[in-house]
Amino acid sequence: MNVDSATVVCRLNVNGDRRECAVTPSTTLLEALRYGLGLTGSKQGCDKGDCGACTVVADGEPVLACISLALAYHDGPAITTIEGVADRGRPHPLQDALDETQGAQCGFCTPGILMSAWALLQRAPEPSREEIARALSGNLCRCTGYTKIFEAVERAAVRLRERGSGSVTR
Amino acid sequence: MSSRDRHMEIPQGREMPSERRLEPPHWEEGRTAPPHGTFSVIGKRNRKIEGLAKTTGQAIYADDIRLPRMLHAKLLRSIHAHARIRSIDASAALALPGVHAVITGRDLPETYGIIPWTQDEQALCEEKARYVGDAIAAVAADSELLCEEAMRLIRVEYEVLPAITGIDEALAHPENKVNEHAKEGNISKHVHLAFGDVEGGLAASDVVVEGDYWYEGSTHTPIEPHCCVADFDPTGFLTVWSSTQVAHYLHRDLARVLGLPTQRIRVIQPVVGGAFGGKSEPFSLEFCAAKLSMVTGRPVKILYTREEVFYAHRGRHPMRMHYRTGVTGEGKLTAVDATIHIDGGAYSSFGLVTTYYSGQLLTAPYAMPAYRFDSTRVFTNKPCCGPKRGHGSVQPRFAFECQLDKLAEAVALDPIALRRRNLMGADSRTVNGMRVTSNGFPQCLDAVERASRWREKFRRLPYGRGVGIAGSMYISGTNYCIYPNEMPQAAVQLKLDRSGRATVFCGASDIGQGSDSLLATIVCEELGLGLRDVRVVAADTDLTPVDLGSYSSRETFMVGNACLDAARTLRREIAATLAPRWGCRPDQVTLADNVACSTLAPDRDCMSVQEAFQLTEARVGTLGSVGWYQSPKLGGDYRGGTIGASPAYSFTAHVVEVECDPETGLVEVKTVWIAHDCGRALSPAAVEGQMEGSAYMGLAEALLEEQIFKAAAPHHGPGLHHGPSLLDYRIPTSLDVPEFVSLIIESLDPEGPYGAKEAGEGPLHPSIPALANAIYDALGIRCDALPFSPPRVLRLLREPGARARWEKARSQVREGVRC
Repeated sequence: MNVDSATVVCRLNVNGDRRECAVTPSTTLLEALRYGLGLTGSKQGCDKGDCGACTVVADGEPVLACISLALAYHDGPAITTIEGVADRGRPHPLQDALDETQGAQCGFCTPGILMSAWALLQRAPEPSREEIARALSGNLCRCTGYTKIFEAVERAAVRLRERGSGSVTR
Repeated sequence: MSSRDRHMEIPQGREMPSERRLEPPHWEEGRTAPPHGTFSVIGKRNRKIEGLAKTTGQAIYADDIRLPRMLHAKLLRSIHAHARIRSIDASAALALPGVHAVITGRDLPETYGIIPWTQDEQALCEEKARYVGDAIAAVAADSELLCEEAMRLIRVEYEVLPAITGIDEALAHPENKVNEHAKEGNISKHVHLAFGDVEGGLAASDVVVEGDYWYEGSTHTPIEPHCCVADFDPTGFLTVWSSTQVAHYLHRDLARVLGLPTQRIRVIQPVVGGAFGGKSEPFSLEFCAAKLSMVTGRPVKILYTREEVFYAHRGRHPMRMHYRTGVTGEGKLTAVDATIHIDGGAYSSFGLVTTYYSGQLLTAPYAMPAYRFDSTRVFTNKPCCGPKRGHGSVQPRFAFECQLDKLAEAVALDPIALRRRNLMGADSRTVNGMRVTSNGFPQCLDAVERASRWREKFRRLPYGRGVGIAGSMYISGTNYCIYPNEMPQAAVQLKLDRSGRATVFCGASDIGQGSDSLLATIVCEELGLGLRDVRVVAADTDLTPVDLGSYSSRETFMVGNACLDAARTLRREIAATLAPRWGCRPDQVTLADNVACSTLAPDRDCMSVQEAFQLTEARVGTLGSVGWYQSPKLGGDYRGGTIGASPAYSFTAHVVEVECDPETGLVEVKTVWIAHDCGRALSPAAVEGQMEGSAYMGLAEALLEEQIFKAAAPHHGPGLHHGPSLLDYRIPTSLDVPEFVSLIIESLDPEGPYGAKEAGEGPLHPSIPALANAIYDALGIRCDALPFSPPRVLRLLREPGARARWEKARSQVREGVRC
């Protein structure tokens, strides 16, 4: 197999930018983001879609980037990664709250957790504890027992509502 | 001691530490009090210093590092559980364009191992593969895909040997030797220690309970797989970035295996994505990446797949335990006798320590007049077990706390009352000679009893629901380094500069538990800075003084003490500068919230901390200090008596409430009340995080997790991992966790930094037996083997007498159990 023979250019709409990188048909979205575009915030924990550390949001829905093909997103929907959540360097209330509660211990699952929670708050600004647990059920965390993560999402939801708009888009 | 102990003999050229011990500075004011009357940083709900880097995706982990010209490498792994390697032909792989090098065991002949007396591993197996997944060759190529293609072209000729996959098999077939390091058969280590008159104590008991317990093995499963990048530069200097939790030990073993002097090697630990003991020794990837970089002259990265993480393992040892425990009619312990068999997997790892810990760490928080344990670790053809959170003592604690529950019922005592009758108290000594200083265990029992409303629930909830209690203790660091030496166990260098900033340099390893923030917190408290004014440089062997790393729950106590000393030295200098200026005594100078002032006239005599640093620098020169920690000589006066000796012990009690479905056997944990004596909570949010994370991990082992292996079948030999993926190896999701109620108990340890002790591992221990005891309360069945899965619960429910036992236990309470 000559790995290079099938290399093509993939154009991705990431965090509001149109970015290009070289991929093969088998390159995953996670590989394109991490190694093609240098967006290393999304993590590879299992490479099989089991752990959720690679979660990004495409068109408002959480997506497992490690089992998605990059070319499926060529000229496709808007993708948001952990790097695209802060507002010009100002942490998003979710990022702030996860820091405050110490909901990020080792931090490796955090980008995926945060993206799942971000997608949740976009569609449900006032989520119950159960809704939060359900929304995060595809993201494994091995450090926290999830309690401080739940608290952070609840705290961020309150702050976002207080901020008035109720919208969590950038 | 038995003759099997011989292989612990000290190798030539090494000596055990002498009696001499470095003495860290003595501070008249003691270590527990706040530096200025009240705490300004300690005990507050602070953020972690690296928290935002993690929540914004900016933290750099090993796999986020990419160097110019970097190659990727992968390891070819054995498909047999036990096989002699006849030959390896890599010529076809090397001929593939883009493949740069292939190495085998011949390229890395030197053995290594975390314990100096049991160095029985090779980075790549040379003679024999000892488990399915044992590494035998490494390929460096332009991409991971190419590495995989090349590995398919490597021809390995195996001679398959009989595989040993269990404890009994290992003992019954000494002729099928798994590991040639074993002096006798498949015995990895044997320890027999006895204290007091065990047989006499048992004979004089009113009740003796005898029980068999099985603890299934489990693995750490950090979400970050092991990863490292190695760069051997043209000057002959090697830099290794690794997801390790013991940079110092890795540094030493890299030198040994690669034949390089340590001063030509730099180990850097980037941000680590979880470890739990699973990254506390060197692994094949670090040696192979380094060697391949030396061979190719280019940087090399190795990232383990999730499957490989299961083979790297070093997780919880499966243990088979037999206990005899006696009490008087009043519920006082008389004697404890334990026989333990430990399944170690293919190599020694920390096994020597594990074997001791399986007995040595049981002797508190309950006073035992007599105690004996006989522990045997065996080699088997499976991935090597090692230290997982609560190393060696979680398994016996499970068995023993279940024993106590049975004894309480036998003498008609409330199980909390039974535990209270056996308290050993503060400033006491265990039967095996361990010194106990602070001890908040009675308060832990009180706290969980009250918070859980125990008296309303125990033996009073309807069928299917129940509560259970268990207690435990754990070490705050061990009193010896893994390799004998007389140097400090922890060290800190501290630098202040005229910008009003402090930089702490320390070899400590932050694996998510917050050791970087611990260092910053102590410096801020002593010098009046805010957490944003402190930079921590950690775990970089070129830049930081040695710390032994994150294991044995040593960081808060040992590194914290070293940091406290470094910071206090500078605070004294600053106070000595300001006191004459303000006409006050040095102890009347306070530094807090970025302000230096005199307590006599704080409004008049005050300045910024930055100005105070500058005046001090003008008086004494450049501001820097060092601090170190060395534990006092501790432990019993017998061989192995120092193993398990710690300068301070933490204590924990759990109450678990469950709801069980007798139709399906499903056990659902509703709430866990966790009371943990951490001495002083330097950062309460971090302590709670450790308590919740520990309880979560313990419950996961109790209910879901099994690191198990298949027997031989038509299409495969024995020893295949049952399911090396995060789908098959089930760790709890956000939908599987109960409510955790964290109750921090502060006993103020006289020797801990501000009185602090450990919180990272202790709180795991009681979760498993407390759950087993709760299931008994709910259903009348004794879960003496892990995991408490629906099939096992159903099997126990179908045994005759389960319902009758449940009824009987309840009637005992109606008749009045003694509290």
